[in-house]
Amino acid sequence: MLKLIVSLSPHQLGKNSVEKLMYGVIIALIPMLIASVWFYGWGAIVVSLTAVISAIVFEFLISKYILKIGNTIGDGSAALTGLLLAFNLPSNLPIWLIIIGVFVAIVIGKMSFGGLGNNPFNPALVGRVFLLISWPVQMTSWPIPSPASEKFLGYTDVVTGSTLLGQMSEAMRNGESMKVFSDRIPNYFEILTGSVGGSIGEIAGFVLIAGFVYMLARKVITWHIPISILSTVFIFSGILWLVNPEKFIIPFFHLFSGGMLFSAIFMATDYVTSPMSKKGQIVFGVGIGILTIVIRIWGAFPEGVSFAILLMNATVPIINMYMKPKRFGETIKEK
Amino acid sequence: MLKTFAKGGIHPPENKFSADKKVERLPIPKKVSVPVSQHIGAPSKVIVKKGDIVKTGQLIAEQSGFVSANIHSPVSGKVFKIDLVTDTSGYRHQAIIINVEGDEWDEKIDRSEDLKRDFDFSSEQIIKKIQQAGIVGLGGATFPSHIKLMPPKDTKAEILIINGVECEPYLTSDHRLMLEKGEEILVGIQILMKALRVEKASIGIENNKQDAIYNLKKLVKNYKNIDIVSLKVQYPQGGEKQLIKAITGREVSSGALPIVVGAVVHNVGTAYAVYEAVQKNKALIERVVTITGKSVTKPGNYLVRFGTPIKDLIDAAGGLPEDTGKIIGGGPMMGKALNTTDIPIAKGTSGILILPKEESKRREVKPCIRCAKCIEVCPMGLEPYLLMTLAEKAMHERSEKEDVMDCIECGSCSYTCPSDRPLLDYIRLGKTQVGAMRRAKSMK
Ligand code: SF4
Ligand code: SF4
Repeated sequence: MLKLIVSLSPHQLGKNSVEKLMYGVIIALIPMLIASVWFYGWGAIVVSLTAVISAIVFEFLISKYILKIGNTIGDGSAALTGLLLAFNLPSNLPIWLIIIGVFVAIVIGKMSFGGLGNNPFNPALVGRVFLLISWPVQMTSWPIPSPASEKFLGYTDVVTGSTLLGQMSEAMRNGESMKVFSDRIPNYFEILTGSVGGSIGEIAGFVLIAGFVYMLARKVITWHIPISILSTVFIFSGILWLVNPEKFIIPFFHLFSGGMLFSAIFMATDYVTSPMSKKGQIVFGVGIGILTIVIRIWGAFPEGVSFAILLMNATVPIINMYMKPKRFGETIKEK
Repeated sequence: MLKTFAKGGIHPPENKFSADKKVERLPIPKKVSVPVSQHIGAPSKVIVKKGDIVKTGQLIAEQSGFVSANIHSPVSGKVFKIDLVTDTSGYRHQAIIINVEGDEWDEKIDRSEDLKRDFDFSSEQIIKKIQQAGIVGLGGATFPSHIKLMPPKDTKAEILIINGVECEPYLTSDHRLMLEKGEEILVGIQILMKALRVEKASIGIENNKQDAIYNLKKLVKNYKNIDIVSLKVQYPQGGEKQLIKAITGREVSSGALPIVVGAVVHNVGTAYAVYEAVQKNKALIERVVTITGKSVTKPGNYLVRFGTPIKDLIDAAGGLPEDTGKIIGGGPMMGKALNTTDIPIAKGTSGILILPKEESKRREVKPCIRCAKCIEVCPMGLEPYLLMTLAEKAMHERSEKEDVMDCIECGSCSYTCPSDRPLLDYIRLGKTQVGAMRRAKSMK
């Protein structure tokens, strides 16, 4: 007699999978990797590969032998965390530091909470901030990019300098007029095409935006978080600039400098650590935007976006509690 | 821009293999088992006994309560026995088993194929006829139709909405009906409009059934105040609240009936049954059923007498495929998996879908990655991931606050989840528990 399977509806499932989503993000990052190799040479590859491989190894060991939840590396999330961390690092960071960063990201930031889906903070950012606080010198001496058309750089043969944001912080501390400062930095076309120093992921804004469009088209993420962060940054810094253009720099600077674009598109949109409803995602984005500018202008660190995201990560449970999706028929429901 | 409902929804592959297959008559079997609960509400009361001779269309079980429906003999012959039979619900229920002899119809029924346009009945007479004919919602909900035609005192129906959406993948019975019985449906709609005393009716049809839209648009010219509305293809467009939203732009609030926004929804199949009942005195004894599936050799649409075992339908479609894993009564999104091929076809059986083994297996469940995709697709604006967690933790009071009872069980959340979480299974559990909790409260 034929054995029929009986189970509850739906009897048909869609084609979504965790792997597809994770690899979707990774694919969106590949052009960035190529761009950063172009500007930073082999260092970008060395850092990225080290981070990805060590992330996979750590995740494998912990999931299999400590959490005993089976091998979870296949879902691509460990590789993605490694890659994201790498993009937050200078391309000349020593290998042992990278491995420490990945350890903190994967083992403490993710697996100690029970693995994928349970961690409250973005693991890659946990790793990055740990490194930044513990090894500030190594973490803030950035290689000066040099397009491969001029000279292809090896892993160690780099000249280091500070980032645009570092330069701005210093200029502000010295009381230099922001108008004067704006004139001596590269123009925005140069910034967007990637010829300023910074982490691997801070290069080539155009390529980043292409990655964003790709993820939107593949429905990996929605626009809500990145757009709300970027518009808040623009509006908030724009107001400051209108109030006092001597003291505050024009808003474009904040949008295109440092890890702003990269973090808004790739770091803040981490599923696990961002709010669930669209309303909540917008509140989250606005919060990140405001905190970033506050830290950049009044804080001790030149770059604030990582801290801003981590702080907002902490508010996600509260946001989820109060920011519900609009229920069907709610408009006429009397409470 | 084509109309659709406001939020959520998915686009499962359509797989409408039988869309171009004309409706054929399935031969009457030697024996039928007619379940007495083919509708939502109280089971009907059997009024025949073993050995009785019955004619096709003769009343054999009566409505037994306000929400209930009459049942008529789908065949002529001799009542063999009254016994328990597994029906499409998967449970054993009382059924009238009849040994078929010939096909002799009740004399009152007009069996001609001629179209009968004119009618001269009052609203009350129409409702009475529909009630007597045992008509229930043929889209799958099987709610007794006459009740929906009697709006509560303090409400007023303004528009009749006819559901020709057929948003479930694979199914094509409504599609075929709209192509082959377009004019009968339109007359049925006029009868329903008269019964409801409304001046306006809209037929909502998804854009993937261009031929049906074309056919009805052509025919509707001779009928007043009926609109054909083409809708964007989006599941679950056929959900009652979703369809009302798509057509009128109004949202029926949580727990309320469509009539609060002045709408009454009936299925196209129901409109056709109404035509037959009112114009031809024919009770509901048969329906169009789609038999389909990827490995089915001859998918098709058949006019089937109720009580016919699904086995007969499967045989007509070329037999059960080797790789069969699941047999589903209804569509893949909301249908029920059946455990034998002896189950009789009933009023709510819009289709039989056969799924191959590899599509029948559940996938491995992974942890929730909080991607919010389930929220994005939920047409009711719920948070399926949260409702699942609450059900798992038996936090039913919180579930109630999170509006679990609004879930229409469309399955869009489970369909979409990248971690293959059985969201709807748990949400159903939550609904059952909250329902029990509410009943317990009202008893006190
Ligand atoms: S779709 Fe699945 S993985 Fe995504 S939030 Fe909902 S339950 Fe979690
Ligand atoms: S929660 Fe209910 S209504 Fe919402 S998608 Fe899931 S099954 Fe459909």
